[in-house]
Amino acid sequence: MTETLLEIDHLSVDYETGRGDLNALRDITFNINKGEIVGIVGESGCGKSTLISSILRLTAPNTRFREGEIRFKGQDLLQAPERHMRDLRGADISIVFQDPMQTHNPVLTIGQQMLDIQHRSKQSKADKLAHAAKMLGAVGIPDPEARLKQYPHEFSGGMRQRIAIAMALMSEPDLLIADEPTTALDATLEVQIIERLQELQREFHCAILFISHHLGVIAELCDRVVVMYAGAVVESGDVREIFHNPKHPYTRRLIECDPGHIKERARVLPTIPGEVPDLANLPGGCIFRDRCDQAMAQCASDVPPLDQLKEGHHAACWLNHEEATT
Amino acid sequence: MSLLNVVDLHTSYGPVNVLAGVSFTVQPGETYALVGESGSGKTTVIRAIAGLAPAQDGSVTFEGQEIRGAPEKVMRPLRKDMAMMFQDPVGSLSPRLTIRSLITEPYRIQGMKDKDLDAEAKRLLEMVNLPTHFADRYPYQLSGGQARRVGVARALALEPKLILADEPTAGLDVSVQGELLNLLNDLRERLGLAMVIITHNLSVVRHVADRMGIMYLGRLVEEGTTETIFNNPRHPYTRCLLSANPEPDPDARLERIALKGEPPSLLKRPSGCEFRERCPFAKDICTQTPEWEVDGGHGLRCLAPLPQ
Repeated sequence: MTETLLEIDHLSVDYETGRGDLNALRDITFNINKGEIVGIVGESGCGKSTLISSILRLTAPNTRFREGEIRFKGQDLLQAPERHMRDLRGADISIVFQDPMQTHNPVLTIGQQMLDIQHRSKQSKADKLAHAAKMLGAVGIPDPEARLKQYPHEFSGGMRQRIAIAMALMSEPDLLIADEPTTALDATLEVQIIERLQELQREFHCAILFISHHLGVIAELCDRVVVMYAGAVVESGDVREIFHNPKHPYTRRLIECDPGHIKERARVLPTIPGEVPDLANLPGGCIFRDRCDQAMAQCASDVPPLDQLKEGHHAACWLNHEEATT
Repeated sequence: MSLLNVVDLHTSYGPVNVLAGVSFTVQPGETYALVGESGSGKTTVIRAIAGLAPAQDGSVTFEGQEIRGAPEKVMRPLRKDMAMMFQDPVGSLSPRLTIRSLITEPYRIQGMKDKDLDAEAKRLLEMVNLPTHFADRYPYQLSGGQARRVGVARALALEPKLILADEPTAGLDVSVQGELLNLLNDLRERLGLAMVIITHNLSVVRHVADRMGIMYLGRLVEEGTTETIFNNPRHPYTRCLLSANPEPDPDARLERIALKGEPPSLLKRPSGCEFRERCPFAKDICTQTPEWEVDGGHGLRCLAPLPQ
């Protein structure tokens, strides 16, 4: 039986701003099972970063958790004491950030930084260093013992990102959050990182929450996909369902827009005209309707619920509401 | 006559020779793409063309005039015909100037005092599909996509004959990326622009470029029409790059030729074919140095090319 690791349950998060409350996340619901790779796709401003910082509870001071729960192994993280969060971060839940050039401390050697993050471990320094070297080897850094004595600037971008992954996996976390870990890298390195993540996932059995706006990478790596738009989940499901049988017009348009999808040379590429709505002043009804070419009267008045269309496939669109099973 | 003719261009920073002989031509109205991994020298090529990076040897001619190492006095009037779009859209706009000042700056630099700058700002913003009231905004008030379009407006202000575009779609969302490429394609048709475009997004190249050159360690290793390169890459490096492009289809997994490791250091260039240590198709002959050979418009630097 699959065991649920992380449950995001009707989560709504606001930022208090001078212009009023900005509804950054609205009614987000999805699960991550143990050992599963879940991808979050969405464009700028869809709330990906707010979601990650909420899970780790590393949010800006003006953040307000309006509703909902984030349950990790059954415990609500939003209610947990700060001490408990500190124990979780970097141990049970760890993260790889977007920019490999800025995640490491430039004035400490990689070895020192890998020692520092094992501060919870009771092992001897020599054992910790051996563990660090083993992890560097696991992410494909040649000659790891010697490399531990080097500083971040002595590594290339791709290597630094792999080191960041090695560090994140040192504590054998149950959940690895990867926030656009390949965006700053070349396509060839991107592929190497994806393959490395797949290998490591098989080895360490951790679940991965993989955030990207690169559809190709998501299709390559993930078991399930959550599509976000303007702070809400518009569709979620098995990776094949999402890419071969998308049920939300936004997902469909997003896939159409990806130039990797269009094999023949096109003079005019498809786009999604219009802009993401202002989150501080949300229009009623469906958030995507202004940019949707299939919008109906109902879309302006009522917010579509996230209907289950098939086992594990959900979409929030009135077009499918009739087919919904629940 | 070619609009731009680059012949055997060399650039070194101390002992690091970033460009080790790059040659290509661009015809009027043509789009030429340079692709390759980080550090292959793509950006240095276009910066050297624009006179923003040194080039110790070789030749760059623009409309027949030699411009390599030309003094600023010669370059400045030429920049009217040759515009640059920089890689970082927000970083390339001065934070203290309004969008109006930014997009009309080229007129002031070129001393075109008779222009009605307000009208020009309006025209340019309309051309790149930005609302005209954006003229009073500052760069920090723009999104990445909007800043990109300001960059395009500024590059097009003087109606250049050639645009040098460094990663024009990097960091843009997919839906906005299409918009920018459509805009460039459209302007190209209307104004007859030629473009040199740098990108590592091969899907983009397929839709905008007429011809493309693949760079590795500061040299071209293959060149041809975009169609031939995509349909029949002859150089193993090109083949690897093309297959390293993750496709938005979960069933397209596993059709990949893995490219091992990372590019070698420019300080320690490998002997023979510089790609052989990473090449999945390397043969014994590859310890010899391959020469650049052109056959029917298709250039190749490989001793063991893939079958036609």
